[in-house]
Order: sequence, then structure tokens, then C-alpha cells
Amino acid sequence: MPQPVKKRSDDTALRPLLRYVKPYSPLLAAALVMAVISVVATLYAPVLVGDAVDLIIGKGRVDLDGIKPILVRLAAAVVITGISQWIMSLCTNKVSYNTVRDIREDAFANLQRLPLSYIDSHSQGDMISRLVSDIEQISDGLLMGFAQFFTGIVTIFGTLGFMLSISVKISLIVVLITPLSLFVARFISKNTFRLFKSQSETRGEMTALVEEMVGGLKVVKAFSYEKESEERFDEINTRLRDVWVKAVFFSSLTNPSTRFINGLVYNFVGIIGAFAAIGSGFSVGQLSCFLTYANQYTKPFNEISGVITELQSAFASAKRVFEVIDEQPELPDSANAVVLDKVDGTLRAENVSFSYRPDIPLIENFDLSVKSGQRIAIVGPTGCGKTTFINLLMRFYDVTGGEIAVSGVPVKECTRDSLRASYGMVLQDTWLKTATVRDNIRYGKPDATEEEVAAAARSAHCDGFIRRLPNGYDTVISDNGGNLSQGQKQLLCIARIMLSLPPMLILDEATSSIDTRTEIIIQQTFSRMMEGRTSFMIAHRLSTIREADCILVMKAGHIVEQGTHSELMKKNGFYAELYNSQFTV
Amino acid sequence: MLKLFRYLKNYKLQSILGPLFKLTEACFELAVPLVMAEIIDVGIENSDKSYILKMGALLVFLGILGLICALTAQYFAAKASLGFGTELRRDLYHHINTLSHSEIDRVGSSTLVTRMTVDINQAQTGVNMLLRLFLRSPFIVIGAVIMAFLISVKLTLIFLIASPVLAAVIYLVMSRTVPMFKQIQKRLDKTTLMTSENLSGVRVIRAFSRQKSEEDEFKANAQELLRLQLSAGRISALMNPCTYVIVYIAIICIVWYGGIDVNAGGITQGELIALISYMNQILLALLAVALLVSSITKAQASSLRINEVFALSPSVTDEGNAEVECDTAACAVEFDGVTFAYDGSDEPALHDISFRAQRGETIGIIGGTGCGKSTLVNLIPRFYAISGGRLLIDGVDIEKYPFEQLRSKIGIVPQKAMLFKGTVRENMRWRSERANDDEIINALDIAQALDFVMEKPEKLDYMITQEGRNLSGGQKQRLTIARALVGSPEILILDDSASALDLATDARLRKAIAEKTDGMTVFIVSQRVSSIRHADKILVLDDGRLVGMGTHGQLLENCAIYREICTSQHYGDPVQGGEL
Repeated sequence: MPQPVKKRSDDTALRPLLRYVKPYSPLLAAALVMAVISVVATLYAPVLVGDAVDLIIGKGRVDLDGIKPILVRLAAAVVITGISQWIMSLCTNKVSYNTVRDIREDAFANLQRLPLSYIDSHSQGDMISRLVSDIEQISDGLLMGFAQFFTGIVTIFGTLGFMLSISVKISLIVVLITPLSLFVARFISKNTFRLFKSQSETRGEMTALVEEMVGGLKVVKAFSYEKESEERFDEINTRLRDVWVKAVFFSSLTNPSTRFINGLVYNFVGIIGAFAAIGSGFSVGQLSCFLTYANQYTKPFNEISGVITELQSAFASAKRVFEVIDEQPELPDSANAVVLDKVDGTLRAENVSFSYRPDIPLIENFDLSVKSGQRIAIVGPTGCGKTTFINLLMRFYDVTGGEIAVSGVPVKECTRDSLRASYGMVLQDTWLKTATVRDNIRYGKPDATEEEVAAAARSAHCDGFIRRLPNGYDTVISDNGGNLSQGQKQLLCIARIMLSLPPMLILDEATSSIDTRTEIIIQQTFSRMMEGRTSFMIAHRLSTIREADCILVMKAGHIVEQGTHSELMKKNGFYAELYNSQFTV
Repeated sequence: MLKLFRYLKNYKLQSILGPLFKLTEACFELAVPLVMAEIIDVGIENSDKSYILKMGALLVFLGILGLICALTAQYFAAKASLGFGTELRRDLYHHINTLSHSEIDRVGSSTLVTRMTVDINQAQTGVNMLLRLFLRSPFIVIGAVIMAFLISVKLTLIFLIASPVLAAVIYLVMSRTVPMFKQIQKRLDKTTLMTSENLSGVRVIRAFSRQKSEEDEFKANAQELLRLQLSAGRISALMNPCTYVIVYIAIICIVWYGGIDVNAGGITQGELIALISYMNQILLALLAVALLVSSITKAQASSLRINEVFALSPSVTDEGNAEVECDTAACAVEFDGVTFAYDGSDEPALHDISFRAQRGETIGIIGGTGCGKSTLVNLIPRFYAISGGRLLIDGVDIEKYPFEQLRSKIGIVPQKAMLFKGTVRENMRWRSERANDDEIINALDIAQALDFVMEKPEKLDYMITQEGRNLSGGQKQRLTIARALVGSPEILILDDSASALDLATDARLRKAIAEKTDGMTVFIVSQRVSSIRHADKILVLDDGRLVGMGTHGQLLENCAIYREICTSQHYGDPVQGGEL
């Protein structure tokens, strides 16, 4: 029975998010309480000012003794506002930064556990934007936004309450006119949307051109193409300016327009208030208080509409982040998994089948028996799926059928760490960490001594150029070794495995971009290393292939032939064709 | 940032009028409390309803005027800031195009792309903000103080004390937090770096079972980020409460001393309320400044980065070079004791190289990684400035050529096959804009690319996507070869350009070049002996020195390094051949 697939797309990101906020809920509660206190105190201040103003009527008609207690109360309200606002900010900061830190750590931790199939099938750019920009969006939008949203709501209702307690009639005017500014803002943003779209399209066009032309600047220069490139750029640049000016202008209408509406509200409150004051029952102090409110009341409305957009995109981001966090990690090692310690270098594949997608079978019924110290060469045209083989050996992927056993132990029954530690691997894509040369060499053996590192570097023939680097072994390699040549990077990768020297080797075109002279030296080192070690070589060189104990010939993902050089030549199949092709010139 | 303001010079009018209209708007806004004071003092005091209505109408009128001014200001600000951005972008693009290879190597093209896009946009937004909003706040603050002065000279003292205190608080908070925010940004960049590194190195990390330590490292970084964020947050959280408290202390003072003044018959009740409104306006204006400062800071940082690019000056220029007369009798290329060192490297990459390439000769260059093969051919089009010796083309020192003339002689196929978005035909016309289809087809034919192009239904109109992603490595390489051949250059440089081709195609290509390009001087850089074996002259480089020169046969006899290379590739043993 197939298990029903749990769908995450339907439910919102709210629940998992709450899970992360939960440990900080006391802080969150404190923030909310402080928000209410600060809003109430803020709103109370104009009332007090109004009361004081009512005691200041004119020459000789000022009750200074009456004002004093009011001002003391005002001072208290102000201090309370200040303190509660500060505490609220501290709490929300703590909640949001901690929550985001937790999310960030969990996302990264799960990244370390995700099956390779997930990482291979997702674009790196997309993953990075999920783990970096989306998480920042959560921090900026969701948590900060939430605080703003909450204070906004409290302010609106608080203002409404205070206003109603003073005068119902004038409150109604404020309440009725305010939505007008929201309506205007909505109207403008709707109409500028189209402009922004065409602006961002043109901008995309420009970015693409810049990436291409500046990215390929050396080619541009080689062909004296600068003028043409600048003409093309200018054309887009001018177009961009025209549409961008419009977009910026129309969107910047929002502020003055809503301010104008706010002005109208203020004005109406002033006139109606003045009329009411003449008819008595409404004091000048209350009018001044109302005028302050009229300014304040519309602000949270305008803010909230902005916050809602932020919140929406933050929720979308949260969802994308939680997709990574909640993604099923690879099956953990079974509880009674064996730690491979004495690897004898034998490997047996029995009836192995494998495919990346169930509908397209790749490897079927594959059998192989490797004795200790044998050399296996994997050959075939580019893109024939040679890396698939490595994926299975290292257990980056699990076989879909059959069994691979190392030292007689089925790989599924031993720990991944110990299995992988028994291979030394040099991949075609040289990968180095942003760290010192020394740390890179001892990557597989962090506790290696200075001498061991130097020895490994010497045997990989990189001691010389390392010493010539500005800081020798302490030179920080940046930008995946941007400051090193491809050959040097490869040598460092070789030094890295020289240090731990595992009993089995996987060499993926390891020497393809190293010049032939260095390559000879490397190959001699390899031969020394390979003595008594089982090795799998993705090979291009005929000498390697001919010396192999077994050749696996791959074509379009399948293993089509297998045998020694002479066996395969006798067979006169694909291998023979491949081998002979070079002499037809 | 100030340095970049020169880009506003064509928008002087807009950048002056914009803030001016903003100022006018602020004036209208500042008039409102005064009118309101009149309503209270005259209208309510005398129960004069028609006066109140008249003043109300005046307020609406002021509002409309304010709106018009604001809109005009926005328009000018948009016009000026976008004009600023557009011209800055154009100039920076032009400047980048003048940079030579040393600068590109040093800065890296991805950095240049970011400067062109992200940073300019940031600076543009900053200018817009500055013109539109930033100046408004000081206007309001100063205006409010002036208005207060008009109402009561004595009470203005409160304003004169409060404003600098407020400014000082904002300054103190900002000056503390801005450097912290920069550090936070650095940490965030590191987070991005770690994430992307982990994704690209996932196989190596797992092969060495280093997941746990990677995780720990990341956690340490996240913890440090958290610490920075919290300490920056603690300070910046002070800003709003502090400004609020200061403003209200001022208001309390206004009410108290104002009350005394009213009692003595100085100011009126309405004027007192107006003073309170002014104080409130100052508060709102200053809070707006605080919000803006972050985007201005960003713009500032971007401006610095943009100026860094402007500060790069090309290490090779053709300034003042007029078209030169070529000596057709001289040899095509002559290196005369050429020495070259890369920027910041003491060790020369090439030592005292001398050789001559006659017209129509094929020169093979071979040697180990980092021996200077590519460097040598990159000197011919003057991508780099040589540090010693002379390099002559057609008998003329290359430093005397205008770039256009020099580079039009040369067809280059770079190591990395790079094509551009556009049709095959457009890509083929890079060397010669007016090349016709026959010339293009001929070039494609020589480059062994004709077959696969013609197999496409659109033929020469086949659309190549960005960076040629819809083509295989070998196809891209053949197209870049064809591109260099269009317009029959006098010198063709193949910089290890056949690496993605199989041996058979490589051989056919070399044969076609030899047969169909009459009089073309060809440089072939390769690691394969087979690619250069038939060259008229082979240069053997080792560690930047020319250690052998001659034909295959001669070198086998007298050059040990060349022999070593040949042996490693099993040359001279036909059964074993080269590579598969």
C-alpha cells in the first residue's frame, strides 16, 4: 500500500512558525502587554494636554494651581510610554532574532541531512534564496511586522475609544473620512502596479545584458565590441529611465495624497469642533486633543496596509523555508549499523539496479566482484552517467534493487560515515572551503599535525606553490579557490585525501585539468597510493584503462560492457569502437 | 556620495526646484496651526461662525496648494533621481568597458555586475529619498522654530533647546548603530557564503563526514549574528522613546510657561495650542529622518563601492594613438625580450621571451599548467601591459596602435567558450558587423560548426540563449572558433580552444584552418601534443621561460621537457596513441 503523501502546500506557515515562537512566548506576551500600556499612555497624553489647555483661557484666567497636578500626571504618562516602548522593542527584538536564529540553524542542519537526490534536483540559487533571503524576510516582515500590526490595531481602537468618550459626533466624522485615505492609497497602488511591472521587466532586461556583457568583458574587449555593447545598453537605459520615472512618480503620489486627506480630516474636526465649542459642551482643550488624534488616527491605517503586504510576503517566505526544514532527511543509519573499521578492499555488487526516476531504469542486474587492490576503470563518452557510479559507491544514493557490499558487509548495514571514510575521493569539480590552505588539507582529519599536513602537501606536490602564496599555509582560500589555478586546486584536493589515505580510492577524472608534466608526477604518486588499495577511476587516459583489472563501459547511463581491455577488444563492441575511433584521423 | 552628485548637474533645475516646492509645502503645512489658533482665539471667542467657515475654507485652500506643491516636488525628485541613475549607469558602464584585463582579474566580473545593478539602484533610491523626503524634515523643524518665534520669542527658547537635544539623541543612536549594522551585514554575507559553499560541496562534506562540524561552524556564526543584532537593537530601540520623552518634556514646559504667559496677557490660548502642534510636528519630522537614515546609509555604502570602480584606471590605454602604417614586409608578430608580471606578483609570469612569427605560419605553444602559455597569447592583443621588452605586430610596437586597429587584425578564441544571447548570425558578427551570410557560412565550415547549425530548422537564425546554455560544450567551442574567423583576421589565436572537441574533430579543424585560411598567422595553445605537432614552430614554455623552439622533430631531439611531455602522452608510440 502506498503511503498517502503528506501535503504541506495546503496548510499555512503559521503553525510551524508558532512552534518556533513558542519557547519565547513569555517574552512575546510581555511585548504585547507593553504595547497596550504604551498605546494607552500615548493616547492619554493629549487628553491631559487638553485638560491643561482648558485651564488656560486668557489673561488673568489661568488656573496655574490646577495645571500643576495635570502636568505631573502628564509627565508620568510620558515616562511610562517611553519605558514601555523601550521594553516592548527589546522584547520583540529578542523574540524575533532568537526565533530566526533557531529557524536558520534548523534549516542549515536539515540541509546536512537531506538526501543528495533532493539537493541535486533543486537549483542552488533557489535553495540559497530560501535559506538566506527568505529567512531574513521572516525576521523583517513577520515578527517586526507583527509588532507594528498589533500596536497599529491597539492604537486604532484606543483612539476610537478616547474620541468616543469625549465626543461621539466628532468621532463619527473622523471615522467616516479616514477610510477615504485608504481608498486613495489603494487606488494609486492599483494603478501603479502596471507601471512597476513594466519597469521591473525592463530592469530585468538590463540586468541580463549587464551580466552577459560585463561577465564576458574579456570577450567584448577581444572583439572591440565595446561600442556596440554601449549602444545596446544606452537604448535599454533610456527606455528604463522613461518607465521608471513614471513608476516612481505615480507611486510617490500616495504620501502627499493621504496627507492631504489627513489634512481634510484635521480641518473638518477643527470646524465642527469650533462650532461645538461655540454651542458649549465642548471645550477648547478637548478640541486640541481631538486635533492631535485626528493626526494620529489615520497613521496606523496607512501603516497597516503596508504591514499587511509585508506580512503576506513574509508568510510566503516562511512557507518556502519550512518546506526545506520539514523535508524528509535521508534515512538515518539503522540502530545496529556496523562501523566499518578493518576494510579489506573487497567490493561486491550483486544484481544491482538503480534509477533516478522510477520510469527510466538506468542500471539493471549489475554484478561486479572486486578483489582487494584491484583497479577498476570506468570509461565512456561525456555525460554517460559515470558519476552515478560514484553516487552508489559512496551511498550518496541508495540502490533501488540488489546489494553492494564492502568487505563483505552490505553497505546498507554499515554506518554512512564509516563507509565514506573508507574511500578517498577526488571529484572533477574541485571544491575547497573558504578557510586556510592548512584547514583545507586537513579537512578530512581536523586533528592532523603540522608535519602531517606538510607531508601530505609534499606528496601531492603542492608544498612548493603553497609556500609561494602570500601567507603560505595560512593563506585563506576564497571564492572556491578563485586565487588558485585549476591545477593547483586539484592538487590541494589530492593532498586532502593523501592525509587520511583510506583503503579505497575514487578518482573522477582527477587529473584532467592538470598539465601533463605535473600529471606524470601525480600518477606516480597515485600508483604508489594505489598499491594495495582498491581503486575506481573514471578514466580518460588509455594507460590507466589498459592497466585496469576491470573496465566498466558506460553509455547513456547504462553499463553496457565489462571486462579487461583484451576481453573487450575481442568482443568488438562499443568499447572497441570507442578505442578505435581515435585512429581514424 | 557627494562625489556622485555631479550626475545631478543636468538636473540642476529639478534638484533645486524639487526641494523648493517641498519647502513651500512645508510652509503651508506650518501655517495650519496658526490658522487653527485664529479659529480658537477669534472664532470661538467671539462665537463668529462665518469667520470659522472662512478660516476653514482657507485651510482647505492651503491643503490643496500643499498637495500641488508636493506633487510637483515628487515629480522633480523622480525626474532628477532617475536622471541621476541613468547617467551614472551609462558612465559606469562605459568606464567598465575601458578597463583592461588586469583590472577585471583583480576585481572580478561578478563584482562589476553587482556595482552596475544593485549598487546603482541603491544610490538612485538614496538620491530620490534625499530630494523628496530628507530635506523636508529639517524644513519642518526650522520652520516650526521660526513660527514659534513669531508667536512668542520667550517660549521659542524651549524649541531652541529641545531641537538640538533631539538632533543629538538621533545622532548618538545612529552613530552607534550604523557601524553595527555594517557588521551585521557582513555576518549575513558570511551566512550566504556558508550556505552556498555547503550546497556546492555537499559531496565532499559528506565524503569526509564533516556535516557536524559544518553545522557547528554555522551555529557559531548564527550565534554571533544574534549577539550583534541584539546589541544593535538595544541601542536603536532607545531612539523612539527618547525622542518622545524629550518632545513631551518640551510640551510640558510650553504648557507651564505658556500658561504663565497667557495669565500675564502675553499670548492667547489658541497660540498656545499652535505651539504644542509645532512641537508635535517636530517629533513626527524627526522620526521620519530616523527611518530614512537607513536607506541613506545604504546609498552611501553603495556610492563608495561605485566610486571604487570609477577609481580603477585601465592599465593599458590607446589614448592619443592614431591609426598606424603597417609594414607588410615585417614579420606578423615579434616578441623581443618580453617580460611580464601580473599585478601584485613579484615573480614574472613570462621571462624575456623572444621569437618571430612569420606571416602565414602556425605557432604551437605547449607547456605545463601555469607556465604562461595563455599569458603569452593574451599579450598579443595588448590585454595586459608588458613590463619589459617590445612586442611588434607588422613591424609596429603594439603600444602605438589604437585598440580598434590592433584588435581587428586578431581573431581570438578564448579558453572559456562564451557566447551571447542572440541568433547564431548575431554572434558571428561580433568581429565584423557587416559580415554577410557567405562569410559566416565559410567561417562555420572551417570551424566544423556548419553541420550542426544547418541541422537546426532556423539555421543562422537559431536563437542562442544566455551564455549559450542551449548548446553543448563542443558546439559552443566550435562556434567561438567560427566567430573569430569571420572577417578573416590576420592573426588567429586559439587558446586551448579545442579541449572539448574529440580528437577527430580537432584534427579536421586544424586541417581546415591550414587549408582555407591563406596567409593567416595562427597561434595554437594546447596541452595536447597532437594539436600542435604539425605547427611550423613550436614554443615550449616552462615556468614562464621559453625552453625550446622548433619543429616537432627538432624539439624531440634537443628539448628534454618537450620529450617528457611527448612520452607522457605516448607520442612516438603509434599503437598506444594519445587519449581516449
